Amino acid sequence: MSSDTLATARPAVELTGITKRFPGVVANHDIRISVRQGTVHAIVGENGAGKSTLMKILYGMQKPDEGTIKVDGKDVSFRSPSDAIDAGIGMVHQHFMLADNLTVLENIVLGAEPAKGGRLDVAAARKRITELASAHGLRVDPGKLVENLGVGDRQRVEILKVLYRGARILILDEPTAVLVPQEVDELFQNLRELTAEGLTVIFISHKLDEVLDIADEITVIRRGTTVASVDPREVTARQLAELMVGSELPTPETRESTVTDTVMLKVSHLTMEADGHRAVPKDMPVERYIDLLREEGRRLLLDDVSFEIHKGEILGLAGVEGNGQSELIEAIMGIRLSHGGITLGDQDLSGWSTLKRREAGIGYIPEDRHRQGLLLEASLWENRVLGHQTRRPARSGIWINRGAAKADTWRIVRDYDVRTPGVDTLALALSGGNQQKLIVGREMSGEPAFLIAAHPTRGVDVGAQAAIWDHLREARAAGLAVLLISADLDELIGLSDSIRVIYRGRLVAALDPSDITPERLGGYMTGAIAGTEES
Amino acid sequence: MPAGLNRALFTVAGAVIAIILAIAICSVAIVAAGADPLTAFAAFFDFGASARSQSNGIAAFLNRAVPLFIAGLAVAVGFRMNLFNIGVEGQYRLAAICAAYVGSTFTAPKPIQIAVIILVAAAVGGLYALIPAVMKVTRGVNEVIATIMLNYIAISLTSYLVRGPFAGQRAAGELTTTTPDLPESAMFPDLNFVFDWFGMLAPTRGGGVWGFLLVAVVLGLVVWVVLERTRFGFEVKASGLNGPAALASGVNPKTMVIATMVMSGAIAGLIGLPEILGDRGAFNSNFTAGLGFLGIAVALLGRNKPLGIAIAALLFAFLDRAQGALQIADVPPSVITIMQGVIVLLVVVANEVTNRLALRLEERRAARQLGGNSPVEVGA
Repeated sequence: MSSDTLATARPAVELTGITKRFPGVVANHDIRISVRQGTVHAIVGENGAGKSTLMKILYGMQKPDEGTIKVDGKDVSFRSPSDAIDAGIGMVHQHFMLADNLTVLENIVLGAEPAKGGRLDVAAARKRITELASAHGLRVDPGKLVENLGVGDRQRVEILKVLYRGARILILDEPTAVLVPQEVDELFQNLRELTAEGLTVIFISHKLDEVLDIADEITVIRRGTTVASVDPREVTARQLAELMVGSELPTPETRESTVTDTVMLKVSHLTMEADGHRAVPKDMPVERYIDLLREEGRRLLLDDVSFEIHKGEILGLAGVEGNGQSELIEAIMGIRLSHGGITLGDQDLSGWSTLKRREAGIGYIPEDRHRQGLLLEASLWENRVLGHQTRRPARSGIWINRGAAKADTWRIVRDYDVRTPGVDTLALALSGGNQQKLIVGREMSGEPAFLIAAHPTRGVDVGAQAAIWDHLREARAAGLAVLLISADLDELIGLSDSIRVIYRGRLVAALDPSDITPERLGGYMTGAIAGTEES
Repeated sequence: MPAGLNRALFTVAGAVIAIILAIAICSVAIVAAGADPLTAFAAFFDFGASARSQSNGIAAFLNRAVPLFIAGLAVAVGFRMNLFNIGVEGQYRLAAICAAYVGSTFTAPKPIQIAVIILVAAAVGGLYALIPAVMKVTRGVNEVIATIMLNYIAISLTSYLVRGPFAGQRAAGELTTTTPDLPESAMFPDLNFVFDWFGMLAPTRGGGVWGFLLVAVVLGLVVWVVLERTRFGFEVKASGLNGPAALASGVNPKTMVIATMVMSGAIAGLIGLPEILGDRGAFNSNFTAGLGFLGIAVALLGRNKPLGIAIAALLFAFLDRAQGALQIADVPPSVITIMQGVIVLLVVVANEVTNRLALRLEERRAARQLGGNSPVEVGA
């Protein structure tokens, strides 16, 4: 179990007593990790356990308050990421940082361009990249534009970018979050080749089966500190999970079905062009117009999407990000124009403003809470008013009813367990999980008939996750219709009453969550399994 | 201490530090100009030797503050939702000449006459601001560029109007062109009686203390109520803090741009009225210019809040009034311009710094008050 039994050389990276104090988010406390050279070392922990902070410290983006970092046995102190890069540490971020309109080659050399007479030396760069790529088995075409690459290719570009800068130690922050199972296998193949070359990989994840598959050693982080260092051959996923959570595991499963016969939301032939909305010609049925668009070869962001959600039903929408989920949400919310019909209960929503749709009983938990869900620099009670500014209790006549809004915010704080000193506190002072609970509480206010929940538990801690699942289940039992969009396939399978898969703007499969595995779902999501409608 | 009060204290502390720093920097400028800073600063508080000139000094100070305050309000309404109405300058000039002309064409009882003039001014200012708003909403034209261009048009247009269609009788030997004189019923009663209460002599120059001061106070209260207490004000705030979130919450950004811009323009329309209704009784080529641009500085200094804008307007007016006194004290009066510029710059910097500090402090406080769940406390 301890690192010295297998140690052949001094550790590539050694962290001792790393402590970082931080208001509002989980900090690090006495972190101890020793990473052997030429291995894949996994760091696992729940969302919010402090993995990201730790990696930011290791990559020089943040300075620890206490503790030492040793790289190849030498004490180092990073002031910025460039110090870390100089020490041979490279980071592949969870969200790719690539310029879409540049080629692979340009992206790789960006910031470290080989120059000849003041101009970019393309030939030298190409040579070096091709060498690196073949040495490590990372296939990419240096001349291709990044915008034309798939997610797996982009990740390889990110890895190459780091290697190009001479990194010997790679940090991969949740590299599989955006990949489907097939791409994950490919990534792992690449990582094994890298370690065979003597490089060291630090792999951050909370997906246990993957970690057990790839890692040579695993360090578990819980509530900001290292709780165990284990050998993957000696533990099961269950044991690892218990180490991570420290208590019994929550499951996202919904118990008995509460689906009724009443259709709450009906979406029919929903279609959205990529190059701007044009009105359907008069007297032409939408179906006919969609055919016309296809004949013209127009790119469609949403292509004839139809589905129904019943009262008390959670419909899960699976799909790799960027296949039309955001557009579908925006079409239903009335933020973007689309063709086709949307009805809520017996009301036809087409042509309605976002405000009117919200007033009709649509709740919306946005995928990016900081972008669409919160006024970070406003108080909690003002955030409670947001989206409800025309409804009671927030409004009376032309006025905002501050007293009632504050009282109702206290109700949310109590019922949804939002940890805050008060309702006058600014939203930015809360941790991500508490912000999300506030949003969930707000969107459940005013008895919505239909709720869009986009990644409702993304980036929240395990306690908040379980609470949010509970709230969704309770609301479902009370007759709420929910459209659930999530990248967490376990969450999707566990909560949904039925699942649709969206691929390139089309619904390609209807699946029953009770007999689907994440792997099969992944097949549909990438288009690897052709869209046969089954149920 | 409530979170809001805490943030307000921070703001005040920042502003005070900025002003002290500005005084220090200006002292250097005064010394460089070959004068003595102490004499210069004494001149700021020198309202004249005789009782009459002191009253006149106070009147000049207040009369300068009123249009600056209204200008600051006009700019701030746009700033609150990140709309930069640089066109206040053009809006108020055009509004002033139209209101002065319309007011001169009829005679009605005083309250009606004045109300009509105010309404005309607000309508002209609002309509002129509607142009950049419509351009932004329909064609995505940046309002900064549109309003700057419209300023040039407005300035040229007023010069043309005052000479041509709206020109009044010019007395023999008079050099300025002017609109027809307003009837006596259009003149706003002055506030000189207040001086009696304090046993002072009434001011005599420039029509005394303009009664429009009261309109400005009411306007400030109305703007505050609208921005802080109404649904419209909430939507303005939400749009300013986070556009995408406001959109997803059902706030229509186009409606908001138009409503805010028109409101800003309508307020801007009133900037010229204190002077016209309080003293000149017409729009002439000597009409005070540049208030719209000063309004931007006043709004920045006042952090877009009516009370802050009032303080900023008083500060600017206080500095402006000292022009004459400085000349008498043999200090170049351009020191005032330097001082105003330095204060605005420093206050903007101080605002950023205190804002960040206050936000960080708030995060800490929240984390601390949650005590038991403090993230640093760790299980095994």
